[in-house]
Amino acid sequence: MELLTGAEILIRCLKEEGVEYLFGYPGGAVLHIYDAIYNQEDVKHVLVRHEQAAAHAADGYSRASGKPGVVLVTSGPGVTNAVTGIATAYMDSIPMVIISGQVPTALIGNDAFQEVDAVGITRPCVKHNFLVKDVTKLAETVKKAFYIATTGRPGPVLVDLPKDMTIAKTEYHYPKKIKLRSYNPTIKGHAGQIRKAVDLILSAKRPMIYTGGGVILSDGSPELVELTQLLGYPITNTLMGLGAYPATDRQFVGMLGMHGTYEANMAMHGCDVLIAVGARFDDRVTGKVDNFCPTAKIVHVDIDPSSISKNVQVDIPIVGSVPNVLRAMINVIRDEKLKPDAEALDRWWRQIDEWRAIKSLSYRSSDEVIKPQYVIQKLYQATNGKAIITSDVGQHQMWAAQYYHFDRPRQWINSGGLGTMGFGLPAAMGAKLAFPDQDVACVTGDGSIQMMLQELSTMKQYRTPVKIVNLNNHYLGMVRQWQEFFYQKRYCMTYFESLPDFVKLAEAYGHVGMRIEKPGDVEGALREAFALKDRTVFLDFLTDQEENVFPMIPSGGSQNEMLLAERDEMVSTHDEGMVLL
Amino acid sequence: MNNNRHVISILMENEAGALSRVANLFSARGYNIESLSVAPTDDPTLSRLTLVTCGNEQIIEQIVKQLNKLVDVVKLIDLSETEAIERELMLVKTRAMGEQRAEMKRLADIFGGHVLDVTEATYTIELTGTGSKLDNFLRAIEKDAILEVVRSGATGIALGQKALRA
Ligand SMILES: Cc1cc2nc3c(=O)[nH]c(=O)nc-3n(C[C@H](O)[C@H](O)[C@H](O)COP(=O)(O)OP(=O)(O)OC[C@H]3O[C@@H](n4cnc5c(N)ncnc54)[C@H](O)[C@@H]3O)c2cc1C
Ligand SMILES: Cc1ncc(C[n+]2csc(CCOP(=O)(O)OP(=O)(O)O)c2C)c(N)n1
Ligand SMILES: [Mg+2]
Repeated sequence: MELLTGAEILIRCLKEEGVEYLFGYPGGAVLHIYDAIYNQEDVKHVLVRHEQAAAHAADGYSRASGKPGVVLVTSGPGVTNAVTGIATAYMDSIPMVIISGQVPTALIGNDAFQEVDAVGITRPCVKHNFLVKDVTKLAETVKKAFYIATTGRPGPVLVDLPKDMTIAKTEYHYPKKIKLRSYNPTIKGHAGQIRKAVDLILSAKRPMIYTGGGVILSDGSPELVELTQLLGYPITNTLMGLGAYPATDRQFVGMLGMHGTYEANMAMHGCDVLIAVGARFDDRVTGKVDNFCPTAKIVHVDIDPSSISKNVQVDIPIVGSVPNVLRAMINVIRDEKLKPDAEALDRWWRQIDEWRAIKSLSYRSSDEVIKPQYVIQKLYQATNGKAIITSDVGQHQMWAAQYYHFDRPRQWINSGGLGTMGFGLPAAMGAKLAFPDQDVACVTGDGSIQMMLQELSTMKQYRTPVKIVNLNNHYLGMVRQWQEFFYQKRYCMTYFESLPDFVKLAEAYGHVGMRIEKPGDVEGALREAFALKDRTVFLDFLTDQEENVFPMIPSGGSQNEMLLAERDEMVSTHDEGMVLL
Repeated sequence: MNNNRHVISILMENEAGALSRVANLFSARGYNIESLSVAPTDDPTLSRLTLVTCGNEQIIEQIVKQLNKLVDVVKLIDLSETEAIERELMLVKTRAMGEQRAEMKRLADIFGGHVLDVTEATYTIELTGTGSKLDNFLRAIEKDAILEVVRSGATGIALGQKALRA
């Protein structure tokens, strides 16, 4: 048998895993790997301009395609730069494999040049990690990394590869299957629990379906749609779950949580049976936990037992994967011809429609100044609601979530758990590589975009035409909003006295730049930008600087304590709430 | 909510870093560890780790779930939920001079201990038992007589035919 170097083995393994793109940045510890990349064409390497962007781009690629994202960075600063991107993926359970170079095994622990304890630094923000100390174990380790990253509750897995391991030679054999005695995710739900859950679900008078990122991660959207329509129940999605159920369908009551719709949060608060699917009862969703769904019995479907009864005690836990469990529920309901309580449901819908009539997402429009919400509405129209939208973090993120109606899973890509500013642009690049024929837009803010601007250069090199929708309010708007509400408008360090000329900046990077200052120009600019199919266009929208995101549940408030708009008196947040984010 | 003491016994891969994953989990999630003892088993690819912690039911449930979620953890058991025995090893160096000498030996005997090392001024005593038995011994001897105490932390095993194996 032919002997291969560790570096060659690594690339063969990636090919074997069907890896299309490797997002990375070279350095001393990974030179051998780059040499192996040079000699082949199967795995394409994307040279980012900062390792954080490598992780975000791989992440965006994964969220768009469902395939794992793959990252290659050098030792020391290479891997520390990637940590924010890895943690971002970890918090949102995104499958990712990171290969980090390491100093040669003989030097580990010696404070060698560009040595960091990558396994130690990343331990709290990966699903698992490995240090390869024996080249004969390399292929198996890579296989394990992909297996762990993509199964169960997905997440990033790091493989730390000392330089001598990339040089040493051994026989190459890639295991077809791998079994780990210590790792065995439960996929199929317990039949008895499913039966109990179905009975409870059908006994509901005021049911509510609450679903999250788990539906998207598991490609469980078809089953979710089928079950929801079979039942005729109202459904809400978390920020991470948008698109799993078509937003334009009547049964969809909008996003829930801190910036969710009035009807979604009121229906949560008033429901008698809550069906939670692939969602983790985050504090931005539950508000004050003691008063969360106070009258509801709760069914919770999740693949990760530790997500169940972590923040909120549930009545019927079901550990399993969304498509399997929902399919089993559908089968029970169909086989036994079970029917929901039509009369009660009708009453419930009338109540929900009353809440809906309040139109909690209405805002004061203007002919003078561009309202950020209006830009998103026009973006929705200009793309026929079909574009892949990535976003950064802040007010613009909430407006994108509220006003772009996502009708399919993997259409909405944002950092929810870690809330990483800088995520949007590299993620858009990754999504565009996954789907070159689809429109991809990055909704961003003047603060966030400056955190990963350098990637405009990568986007030029790899021709990933993305439309950048910058809602430029000159402020770190989301933080300013909190300072307005909770710190009596003491705007400390949230105003940018100086901002670059984004149009010139875009041009300097070889892209098209546009500045839009009047509401009347918004639509035209968007249409013009999307007509430029093969160009990245930076649209700098100068928006109303002090617009706020509504509705809002101040931290620590209950779901029925929403502030709907400026007219609502801004009660200072609850004392316990002041410590929350 | 009562903070009960729990002894959790974990069978895990004997891999470099496995122990840090457990320790890291406890510090990152703010759980407390009262004691921790770990060593390889008869199967050298596996380690057995015994961990004493406390918390209310909900916290213990999360601890157990989070531990199970670690990729290196093969199996675990909360020994507080079954009939089990618990043992800890303690080594104590005491003063032993004059009248103290006979008294110290007598106490060690009562507690089933052994004197491992003798000098003209000290005894080094070995004791095993439950944590509270070891506490009792330390209370029984004069405070000033204690020169050094080393405890292994608890280990435990379920009674009956049940065995924790991979
Ligand atoms: C500025 C800002 C504002 C925010 N405001 C809001 C808000 O108003 N509303 C809101 O909802 N969020 C908001 N968030 C996001 C929030 O922080 C959380 O990220 C989000 O609520 C978590 O979504 P989720 O519950 O769907 O969980 P995710 O993080 O998507 O977790 C997925 C869950 O699904 C499970 N799962 C994974 N795979 C499977 C499978 N195969 N089968 C079954 N289960 C599976 C996982 O174990 C996990 O429990 C905001 C974030 C930011 C940055
Ligand atoms: C890396 C990082 N640093 C700080 C924060 C805290 N933060 C959350 S939103 C926000 C403001 C974002 O400003 P901008 O991108 O202009 O968006 P806007 O809210 O104005 O729409 C800040 C600083 C964060 N989420 N991420
Ligand atoms: Mg801003």
